Amino acid sequence: MKYQVVIGLEVHVQLLTNTKIFCGCSTRFGAEPNSQTCPVCLGLPGALPVLNKKVVEYAIRAGLATSCSIAPRSIFARKNYFYPDLPKGYQISQYELPICVDGRLDIEVDGETKRIGITRIHMEEDAGKLVHLETMEAGEKSYVDLNRACTPLLEVVSEPDMRSADEAVAYLKKLHQIVTYLGICDGNMEEGSFRCDANVSLMPVGAEEFGTRAELKNINSFRFVKQAIEYEIERQAEILDEGGKVVQETRLFDPATGTTRSMRGKEEAHDYRYFPDPDLVPLVVSGDWIEEVRSSLPELPDAKRQRYQAELGLPEYDAEVLAASRDIADYFDACVALYPQAKPVSNWVMGEVLRALKEDNREFADCPVTPRLLAEMLKLVESGTISGKIAKTVFDEMYKTGKEPAKIVEEKGLVQVSDTGAIEKIIDEVLTANPDNVEQYRGGKEKLFGFFVGQVMKASKGKANPALVNEILLNKLKG
Amino acid sequence: MELHELTIHELHEKLKNREISSVEATKAFLARIDAVEDQVKSFITVTAAEALKNAEAADKRIAAGDMDVLTGIPLALKDIFLTEGILTTCASRILSGFVPPYDATATARLKARGMVLLGKLNQDEFAMGSSTETSWFGKTRNPWNLDCIPGGSSGGSAAAIAAQQAVATLGTDTGGSIRQPASHCGCVGLKPTYGRVSRYGVIAFASSLDQVGPLTRDVTDSAIMLGAVAGYDPKDSTSVDTPVPDYLQALTGDLKGLRIGLPREYFIEGLDPDVKKAMDEAIATYRALGAEFVEMSLPHTDYAIAVYYLIATAEASSNLARYDGVRFGHRNQDARGLLDMYMVSRDEGFGAEVKRRIMLGTYALSSGYYDAYYLKAQKARTLIMQDFITAFESVDVILTPVAPTPAFRLGEKADDPLQMYLSDIFTIPVNLAGTCGISVPAGLSSDGLPVGLQLIGKHFGEETILRAAHAFEQATEWHKKKANI
Amino acid sequence: MKITREQVEHVAKLARLELTEDEKALFTGQLDGILAYVDKLNELNTDGIVPTSHAVPMENAFREDVVAASIGIEKALANAPDRSESFFRVPKVIE
Repeated sequence: MKYQVVIGLEVHVQLLTNTKIFCGCSTRFGAEPNSQTCPVCLGLPGALPVLNKKVVEYAIRAGLATSCSIAPRSIFARKNYFYPDLPKGYQISQYELPICVDGRLDIEVDGETKRIGITRIHMEEDAGKLVHLETMEAGEKSYVDLNRACTPLLEVVSEPDMRSADEAVAYLKKLHQIVTYLGICDGNMEEGSFRCDANVSLMPVGAEEFGTRAELKNINSFRFVKQAIEYEIERQAEILDEGGKVVQETRLFDPATGTTRSMRGKEEAHDYRYFPDPDLVPLVVSGDWIEEVRSSLPELPDAKRQRYQAELGLPEYDAEVLAASRDIADYFDACVALYPQAKPVSNWVMGEVLRALKEDNREFADCPVTPRLLAEMLKLVESGTISGKIAKTVFDEMYKTGKEPAKIVEEKGLVQVSDTGAIEKIIDEVLTANPDNVEQYRGGKEKLFGFFVGQVMKASKGKANPALVNEILLNKLKG
Repeated sequence: MELHELTIHELHEKLKNREISSVEATKAFLARIDAVEDQVKSFITVTAAEALKNAEAADKRIAAGDMDVLTGIPLALKDIFLTEGILTTCASRILSGFVPPYDATATARLKARGMVLLGKLNQDEFAMGSSTETSWFGKTRNPWNLDCIPGGSSGGSAAAIAAQQAVATLGTDTGGSIRQPASHCGCVGLKPTYGRVSRYGVIAFASSLDQVGPLTRDVTDSAIMLGAVAGYDPKDSTSVDTPVPDYLQALTGDLKGLRIGLPREYFIEGLDPDVKKAMDEAIATYRALGAEFVEMSLPHTDYAIAVYYLIATAEASSNLARYDGVRFGHRNQDARGLLDMYMVSRDEGFGAEVKRRIMLGTYALSSGYYDAYYLKAQKARTLIMQDFITAFESVDVILTPVAPTPAFRLGEKADDPLQMYLSDIFTIPVNLAGTCGISVPAGLSSDGLPVGLQLIGKHFGEETILRAAHAFEQATEWHKKKANI
Repeated sequence: MKITREQVEHVAKLARLELTEDEKALFTGQLDGILAYVDKLNELNTDGIVPTSHAVPMENAFREDVVAASIGIEKALANAPDRSESFFRVPKVIE
């Protein structure tokens, strides 16, 4: 039988706040175990949560960027269950009345645009970490680190609107792009800043009623999402083909084998006993607050891409690459603001700048060639002070030293030679030194023109103005 | 007059005039605790060394002219208040070794004013009870009659006043846990409006109902203590940011034109005759003071206990989930695996009443029952709250008994939880409505046990009930009666 | 019967309470009595009534996103029933 897969995603987005959602402890990653804790995030008797305002602002940002409605009034609830990494025995989350509802994202797969619904976005606290260290003393023990406990998360729940693993990946990438653009998440999937659970079910093609779904957990890269879903499609199809029934359950993705396995048996039937948290008060978001956040939103990737094409006249490919991440787009925008010729800037950013950063494993924010330096250099090229070829030398030097391009040109004597007499002299020397080639050229082997240009440029150490070299060389070779 | 019989304001005068030092006063109280503690058992922990250190520091402050009304005054706290570096148990085995790394806001505020901390007082385990019989550390007795309960859950806080083991104490009140023991022990107990005093660092029983308040010898002390602990706390999201008035200024003695409501649901057939008599006399006293009485109704009173025992237990079932033996508290070290560790540690750590309430609350929140129990109770709570809002449109205070009977005997209701719950009928509605209430001594039973009257005020109406309570106190001698111990 | 022994066992498991057989029997009876009592709430018509979480109206309590000092590892672990280095230690959790 042919099946249609139905996929919904639940994404946990760790927010880039300085402090935890309900206490003032730092959220810095990688500190010594339990060093970033206090009575609140340890769940000590008597401790009470107080909501970090920044978390609300970030949730509103995410909601606006995904076309959600922002609830004028929302509340926090307790989700009750026991686990050693959950200090209070409940997680503070939102259940009824989340802050954002009814949004959407448009994704593109195979050139087609598709709209994926977002059911809700809510705020919640993360749990701590359970560590099972081989190196620690033997015995049947687990170790609890609560530094991560109480770290702010957004949970973004999609509608079951995706119909292939590729659509799921496209949705996830789009969401990743947006939250990193918004500056509310670092997007680091390895460190768990952006985590995804997938609800996957199959139904016969043409059917309207969804099948029983499995919830896939622990899929922490775009590649794994595709693998996990594809494996799950195969697994469920096999069951259905044999006349079996898919069990509703949680399954753990194993990156080592690319398969999913049941967590059944290890997980009892949950009854989370949600109820409004009496330690927290209702959250009321005014229209003014929403507008304030809206006005502070950065230009989002789709809008940016369209602007690069429509207003800056860039090709689709350039627009796509430059708008792909906030870092690169910010760099490009800053450069264009100082040197308003989009295409040369685009060429340099997508070419030399990206290459250098990649070789060096650096971020745009740390690029020694700041947008201003790059713009200055491009101005030198435009004014004819240096050639495009020399510009690469200047760029490398700027990257190494962070020096002003004009200074590098001066120090290294890289100013382009546009003195006709000087160029003629070099050309004469080259022609004199290569009588055979001159003869061959004049005999019709015009391909040799490039050879002469190369020799002249070499003799001028790259500084000769290429346009003049061409012009004079052509004349001289005519004889 | 012995030092340990003095009120805060009396002792303050003596300290201010250098008639005595705080160290002397503190020693007097420590001696008194030594003398009577075996009989009363008010304390879980006596912090004698700490108290003397506090007293020395207070004497220095006094000498330096940096004196507050509470500087050098020996106080004690219910063992539900976190005290940094001092054992805090909430009368539970599960916290029998817990030494907190921080102070409750109420603790910190009293420390800042220079209090002397005598120790931590007994209570019902996790404040769940009306008799102080559920403590892991043993039962506290009523100083007026050692065969009787002192009331609860702040039984130690009330008994310590009656036995003159502290000048004043702090308790907490979730369904009457300050007012009822105050009534049974002949002292003044105030439950402020929800949000008036920070709950930060107070071990939670039912978060939407718990409130901190003082137990004192007289109404003036009550006003002093409330003024010391009240006020907005950024660490408690439910604390309310409204200014704290000078409660002492409210004690004018003037009741002319005060409208006092008498809710018919509280003056029922079968009210204990001693309680009835005390109420009748109190009404006469208030008439003489110029107050007017208004017959009125709080129609949903009969539903209050059902609402309370669903909401309070539901919140408690969640609040007590943190006692899991992972980060603090009792753990069974022989447990075979994680689930076993949870189940056995919690079974051993909690007493029967606490387990019963966790069970009830868990059930009320569980899948399939939430709407029928928890949600229904929250809606009924709205009706009870509206009763009070409507009532306060036509009256200034509401006068009721605190408890249907004077203190009962130890063990009398211990085996019948529902009967125990029903005895809270007059205090519970105040917590559900979030308003304030005060219990003031208003008589003695034929057996010589204290009987209190309750004055209920509207939200943030503490000044009015303090004024009414103070005028009554000044017109009567009940607050001067002392337990014979 | 408002509650059965099986339900009591289920609830005890949810609440992580290892009850003895005697406790199960006792609680089944007592909870049954209490639940029968609270049934009186069904006399009330609560259609259209907004549930009350807090009796005093309150909304929007925030803190600013400014780091406050943590209490430090030693204080955090001071009451731990079992610890190893700077971790809390528990019986092995099976994943």
